Amino acid sequence: MTENAAPALKDDTREPVRASEIDPKFKYQLIKMHGSEKLLKCFQCGTCTSDCPVARYSDSYRPRTILRMASLGLKDRVLKSETLWLCAACFTCTDRCPQDVEVASVIRVLRNLAAEEGIFPQVFKDQCTSVLESGYAYKIPDLRIKKRDSLGLPPLPKGNPDSIKKSLKGVSFISKMTNKGETKDERKQ
Amino acid sequence: MSANNKKYLIFLGCAVPYRVSAYEISARKVLAKLGIELVEMPEFNCCGLPLDPVSHETMLILAARNLVLAEQKGLDIITLCPGCAGTLKKVNKILKEDKALREQINGHLKESGLEFKGTVTTKHILQVLKEDVGVDNIKKAVVRPLTMLKVAEHNGCHILRPKEYIGFDDPEDPQTLKTLIEATGATCLDYVDETECCGAPSVGVSDKIALQLARDKLSHVKQVDAQALITICPFCHIMYDTNELRIEKMFNEVYGIPVLHYPQLLGLALGMTPEELAFGELRVNTSNILKQVSEGAKQNEQ
Repeated sequence: MTENAAPALKDDTREPVRASEIDPKFKYQLIKMHGSEKLLKCFQCGTCTSDCPVARYSDSYRPRTILRMASLGLKDRVLKSETLWLCAACFTCTDRCPQDVEVASVIRVLRNLAAEEGIFPQVFKDQCTSVLESGYAYKIPDLRIKKRDSLGLPPLPKGNPDSIKKSLKGVSFISKMTNKGETKDERKQ
Repeated sequence: MSANNKKYLIFLGCAVPYRVSAYEISARKVLAKLGIELVEMPEFNCCGLPLDPVSHETMLILAARNLVLAEQKGLDIITLCPGCAGTLKKVNKILKEDKALREQINGHLKESGLEFKGTVTTKHILQVLKEDVGVDNIKKAVVRPLTMLKVAEHNGCHILRPKEYIGFDDPEDPQTLKTLIEATGATCLDYVDETECCGAPSVGVSDKIALQLARDKLSHVKQVDAQALITICPFCHIMYDTNELRIEKMFNEVYGIPVLHYPQLLGLALGMTPEELAFGELRVNTSNILKQVSEGAKQNEQ
């Protein structure tokens, strides 16, 4: 494995804001979505960023900045920002936010919107394909499955790919992904 | 509640069978010894969590499918992975409380003849050990107290957070794992930043940040001279055990800290052998602590 977040999608969180790029309705779209209902309660105290383990080692990932960009309406910029994908989903920010904003969930909502537009790291595409084919997010090697037997472990659940596909066929992300085949992610090595 | 006759469907998820069989082997042996019966479920799929970042709806459907399969069996779920437990707990709660969302998800599930009703609960193995077996019963079952060991614990995030959905232990000062470690006779040491993330979810997006976080933890654990780090999550375990050598090379440091799945530690105290508990599957050398355990046991006999 190498440093996967190659700079094809650059860090736009520090560029000056231009009025022309603001989508004033974006925040109203967000507060109707599951997980980001309380976005507008954020008063930018920065508890999320100061408690964030990833922010400690990243030059660009700042949850407070992402939330501000979202509520300001910098839709394109926030959805295309690669820093969006650095959140480790530890939920420390969510638990410590004095305003009860589910910070990690707001970031998840933004990621979902980016993914709908085809912008997401390759690793998620691999996992999605694997779930559809096998029921598991990782392709469990045949060797591992055979080894279970010699270790005295019962056979693995088989998943049920046909049934899974039926359950997921109405999900727009899944149909977009399976129809297009390719994502717009340019970070592939 | 009695330790006997409690029956659970075992939910393995993806990471446990993929990379950490020692966790599954030791957990199955320990649970059997403590009177928890595990029932296999042939059709479980991924809990859904790995796909939440790209599609919340997909996550909800995958999690709901598993819950429905358990509902059909009429049994509660036990997981080894806190991510799976957290996801299944959270989705169960959300779908029970939010009628509109439940109808939306059931609309998808209908395509494969399933319907979510919300009649089962999910527990992580730690919660089962605490609530169904009980710390006192575990203490009573210990035949080889591990009083010679000083270890450190790592809970990981998803067993604790977000508190609103997990509601199990205090995320700022968790006690369950410590109490269960001390039930084996071992000492559980305090150290800096005990509740910090292992970094695993960042692997694949930024390995560098992920390994930095894991390195912080290993160095904090080393500072207090812990003889082992005890985990209860397959991903945390991969970060500290599988990647320990890689971290040592990357930062030009030496840790040599064995990383044990909690059921392996408990199993030793229950009198099981390292072979039974699949110690051979671990990456970091455990011979030092195993030697101490066997020498300590001999002293106790004398």
